[in-house]
Amino acid sequence: MGNEASVAVPEVKPVETFRDDFTFANSPKAIRRFPFPFTEDSYMYSVNIEPHNGGPAGSPYAPAFDIDEHYLSEVEERRKVLAEDPSRCTVLEHMMPAQWDTLELLMESLSTDYPDYFVLTRDGDQWTWENRLLGIKDTFTFGDPDTLPYEPFEYITRQVQGDFTLHDQRDNMLYMDGGMLTCQADWSLQFDLGMNFYEWHGPVPRAHEMGVFERALKYLLNLRVGEPVRRLNWTMTVHPRMDTSPENYHKWGIDRATVTPENVGDYAHLRVELQSLYRLPRSNAVLFSIRCYLISLNELVTIPKWAKRMHRVIKTLPEDLADYKGFIGYRPMVVDYLAPFDDGAELTPGAAPE
Amino acid sequence: MILSQQAKIPVRVTGVERVTPSIKTFTFEREDSAPLPSFSGGSHIVVEMRGGERTYRNPYSLMSPPEDYPSAYQISVRCDDQGRGGAQYMHERVREGDEMTISGPANLFPLTVTAPRHVLIAGGIGITPFLAQLHELRQRGLAYELHYQYRDAEGAAFRDRLAARFGDQTRFYESGRDQYVDPTAILADQPLGTHAYVCGPAGLTQAVHEAAAELGWPARNVHSEEFAAPPPGKPFKVVLERSQREVEVPANASALEAIEEAGIQPSCSCRGGSCGQCEQTVLEGDIDHNDHFLSDEAKARNSSMMICVSRARSDRVVLDL
Ligand code: HEM
Repeated sequence: MGNEASVAVPEVKPVETFRDDFTFANSPKAIRRFPFPFTEDSYMYSVNIEPHNGGPAGSPYAPAFDIDEHYLSEVEERRKVLAEDPSRCTVLEHMMPAQWDTLELLMESLSTDYPDYFVLTRDGDQWTWENRLLGIKDTFTFGDPDTLPYEPFEYITRQVQGDFTLHDQRDNMLYMDGGMLTCQADWSLQFDLGMNFYEWHGPVPRAHEMGVFERALKYLLNLRVGEPVRRLNWTMTVHPRMDTSPENYHKWGIDRATVTPENVGDYAHLRVELQSLYRLPRSNAVLFSIRCYLISLNELVTIPKWAKRMHRVIKTLPEDLADYKGFIGYRPMVVDYLAPFDDGAELTPGAAPE
Repeated sequence: MILSQQAKIPVRVTGVERVTPSIKTFTFEREDSAPLPSFSGGSHIVVEMRGGERTYRNPYSLMSPPEDYPSAYQISVRCDDQGRGGAQYMHERVREGDEMTISGPANLFPLTVTAPRHVLIAGGIGITPFLAQLHELRQRGLAYELHYQYRDAEGAAFRDRLAARFGDQTRFYESGRDQYVDPTAILADQPLGTHAYVCGPAGLTQAVHEAAAELGWPARNVHSEEFAAPPPGKPFKVVLERSQREVEVPANASALEAIEEAGIQPSCSCRGGSCGQCEQTVLEGDIDHNDHFLSDEAKARNSSMMICVSRARSDRVVLDL
């Protein structure tokens, strides 16, 4: 279990952009704490679920919900996406208790992990929430949506990095009954809304046949309050673009064709999702948090071990996975870019930068 | 920080009340009087009972109202002749002021809150999860009715409380006076999309499932919760292929308990054959299945077992563990 001392207070940068001029970049500190996902020289799907019970001080695994230097940028990007398309945040009506559960979990976690930035004061059902990074201080009645400027789920997830989905559990199945989705890797809430666990995982190659989803679902159905779990997922994205949604495919799909051997180090980004799953107490719903991290190849190769391992993983990734993840077209350029960094030396196990 | 990362919650027993000749209600509070985790109607906790000839860990439904920040949890335990050791332990040894350990709440019997109407059918001690669910149904403004069957007035736990709070939605049946729940009659007139929930003796559960099927109800609209007690049986040997260990399972312990005793902690949750978490692949051996998780076909295949309640017919079972 993490504690306050193990969660470093992040320095938060002024707003950078995830579109148009793409001013987003990682500081050396952010690079070192990047959740690099590869612990071996090759990659295949597995039931990679582990308890979400803290991690090394300063790492993204230490807090319940990681706040980092990109906080203001990501909150602003979310605001822009929602202004263009409010349906990116949709929650079905029966999920109102789960909305309050989410608000409580996020407020409690953030104020405990980052007491300098977030303060929650409770006086019975009169709650005051202070977000010093955004200059927000609101008093509301817990349980009464009319006392907040948005519904409780939207209110709090507008103030947190990463996407969230909400899942009702019925008849031994999880359903996608709500979400806040503004930085997703090419899937759509409006399309998946109401679907069950197998249905929304429909497009994923191999994993169904491997029994991955059957075992993962069984695990999640038994998730207990206070015992969250986590896993990492990854793909590649051209430019540091958060919003790679099907809705805006016309804006970013074309980017893939613009990658050249000259710009690949700058354009191609490893996109890692630190996913955590919580059983919510009152609603028995499951909250799925998808915290997205982006790192350009130029940034990544500043860590020699990662450069070597990334080279080996991308080079040997099966065709169908590279195709599904959407980078099969520019994969040869990624491999050629990384090859000079890989001397073939045997690497220590694990993903730590060394 | 991960909130309340407590697989185990230390509690003090702050109340023991005999509600009928064979049922006692236990109240648990946290040592430091901090609130316990909130929970949803239908949840259970696993209570750990130590200090006897062996440790028991039994699941019990939470019957206290699922309010915000509960200061206490309540469960009820029935003790009868064939009751498992845990129930006897609770009745004979647990006193007010005792320290015990419980798990956090988990829910294997949740309400389908998208349904417009809910029919709850309880037999005997099976009333406990419904005590919590009734509050939730009322809070969510959903339509419901409760049918509660018990043997005689003396054994009718919580009848008066139910009559007072939920009286107009409740019907009582005293089987000792030949009043029985009639599942077909109850389910026949329900509007489309109604969900039914049953908790009680195996016969009642089966009757409700059968009546619903006959009336053409979709199977997913009928829910039941039944925790199996790990039944005693003949001793057998478990070979753990991957751990390279052999464990003897004595007559009065489950395979899971014996494996835990040997210092190995397989994944598990409800310990009553309901959740499926402790399923293990069987490489060799003939299994006597006692769980409510595997389908009949899966049981016949004999390729996996719930180690919390199932035993072996053969002298030896080889697990991929
Ligand atoms: C409630 C929890 C979860 C949600 C909401 C979720 C959602 C999704 C979605 C929307 C996709 C993209 C599918 C598409 O292409 O349209 C996906 C992909 C995937 N999911 Fe999940 N998922 C969940 C839990 C899990 C778990 C526990 C596992 C464990 C193994 C898992 C494994 C995968 C894998 C392997 C992929 C393919 C990813 C890739 O190759 O990029 N998911 N998931």
